This record gives sequence, C-alpha cells and structure tokens, in this order.
Amino acid sequence: MEAVLFFAAALGALGGAVGVVALRNPFYGVLALIVHLFSLAVLFLLLTAAFVAAAQVVVYAGAVMVLYVFVVAYVGGDTEPTFDPIPGQRFLAPLLGAALFIELSIAVLGSSLLALDTDGSNVKVGFGDPAGIGRLLLERFLLPFEASSILLLLAAVGAVVLAARRDEPGAGTPVPTSTGTPGESRPGEVGTGVPAGDPS
Amino acid sequence: MNIEWYVVLSSLLFAVGAMGILLRRSPIVILLCLELMLNAGNLALVAFSQMVGNQQGQVFAIVVMVVAACEVVVGLGLIVAIFRRKLPLDVDSLRELKG
Repeated sequence: MEAVLFFAAALGALGGAVGVVALRNPFYGVLALIVHLFSLAVLFLLLTAAFVAAAQVVVYAGAVMVLYVFVVAYVGGDTEPTFDPIPGQRFLAPLLGAALFIELSIAVLGSSLLALDTDGSNVKVGFGDPAGIGRLLLERFLLPFEASSILLLLAAVGAVVLAARRDEPGAGTPVPTSTGTPGESRPGEVGTGVPAGDPS
Repeated sequence: MNIEWYVVLSSLLFAVGAMGILLRRSPIVILLCLELMLNAGNLALVAFSQMVGNQQGQVFAIVVMVVAACEVVVGLGLIVAIFRRKLPLDVDSLRELKG
C-alpha cells in the first residue's frame, strides 16, 4: 500500500515538474505546479511529516499559487519566442540537467550513509505533528523563527514598493529612489524608512 | 519504503527544475522552476529527517517554505514592475546588466 502511494505520488510530482518545464503557456505551468505540490504533500505524509504536508497544501498550493495565477492573469500568458538566442540552448539544457542528476546520484551513493538503504527509523506516534513542530519552533529555534518573520515583513514591504502604482506615466526617476530605500537602510528601520522616503 | 527512493526522486526533481531554468525565457516560468528546485530540497530535508528520527529537518523545511514565499513575492513584484514599464517579459531582452 505504501509503495503504491509512493509511486503514484512520485509520478504526479515528476509529471507536474515536467509539465512546468515543457508547457508553453505559463498559466498551464502554474496548474502543473499545483499538481506537483499536492503530490509532494502526499509524499510528506508518507514520511510522517503531517504538519509540513498541511503547510504545503495551505500555504503553497493555496496562497502562493493564487498569487501566481493573479500575476499570470495580469501580465497575460503570451507564449515565448521560438528562436534560440544562444545556439544549441535547446539541446545543451537537457544535457546539463541530466549531468546534474548523475552528479547528484553519485554524491548520494558516495555519501556512504548506511541508513539510506533502510526504511528509516521507527518513529513514535506524533512524530511531525503540529505540537512537536511548534514546540521546536518556539523553544529551540526561536531565533530563526523570528528572523524568518522579519524576512517576511521585508519581502512584503519590498513587494509593495516594487509594484506601487505611479500616478504620472512619464516619471521614471522616482522609481529608483524608492526602490533603493530598503536596500540602503538597516533591516530594522525599513518599516519606518519607506514611508519616510516616499513623500520626499 | 526505502529512504533512497525519496532521495533519488528529490535529486531528479532538482535536475528537472535546473533544466527548466536553463531552458525557459519567461521570468514567470523561471520563478516556477525555482519553486521546483526549492521543493526538491524540501523533500530531501524531510526524508533525511525521517531517516534520522529527528524533527529538526522538518523545521528546516518550513523555514525553506518561508524563504520561497519571500522570493515569490519579490520576484512577482519585479515582474509586475517590468510589465508596468512596457518592457518585454523575456530574460534575453533584459540584458542591460550583462558585462
């Protein structure tokens, strides 16, 4: 049963990934990525990571993909030009991808991890549930947790600054100054630095 | 299920994502392929976490998810800004920074 689920989910994940690379319309690429993310959530459940699987479905397949769909709908999913700006790119890229896979496989086989050939450790009931992950996140990994929250705030401020609508169409100069503000100020001062930089 | 299967699947997904970044020209699709690579790393992290019997790898995977969300937000903001300036959404046309 576990093997059947694994191979079904692996096929879905691989098919979604190939679909993202191969489909010409970006909208279909986003849909293929959603299939890929759901298959990965099944794989996370098989690896007894219930909370990560739930976060994958809710955060990734829910929120992030909606953002992608909105941007693709806004920009318009035009197809790419067919000519090769770099000669042989169409043949070199799969070749380099295959070389990367072979190299990674050699690295994994050469790592001589003895537990690679086992079914993993016998984990207790409740391994990877929200209670355990939350306790780890708020006790042992409190500093990375707070750092990632600051990172999320910075990204939100940066996205607002980048995608802010400019009223005058001909004004090209206000944009570099407003986008340069978060990069030059200290990370702690960004929340106060951007509103102060906007009216000037 | 053998842990090795998960690691091999993860490296395969990573290679597919890297191939997509090399192959495609639309910035949106390149961001999607970056997501593929980050998710492949997540799969390897969770697989190794199960192999060791330690939940810390799963915490690491959640932090990778946060970083991926930040990258998507900033990248999509950049794409919207490029689109607003009527520039072509093609990474081969946007090569002013090339040395």
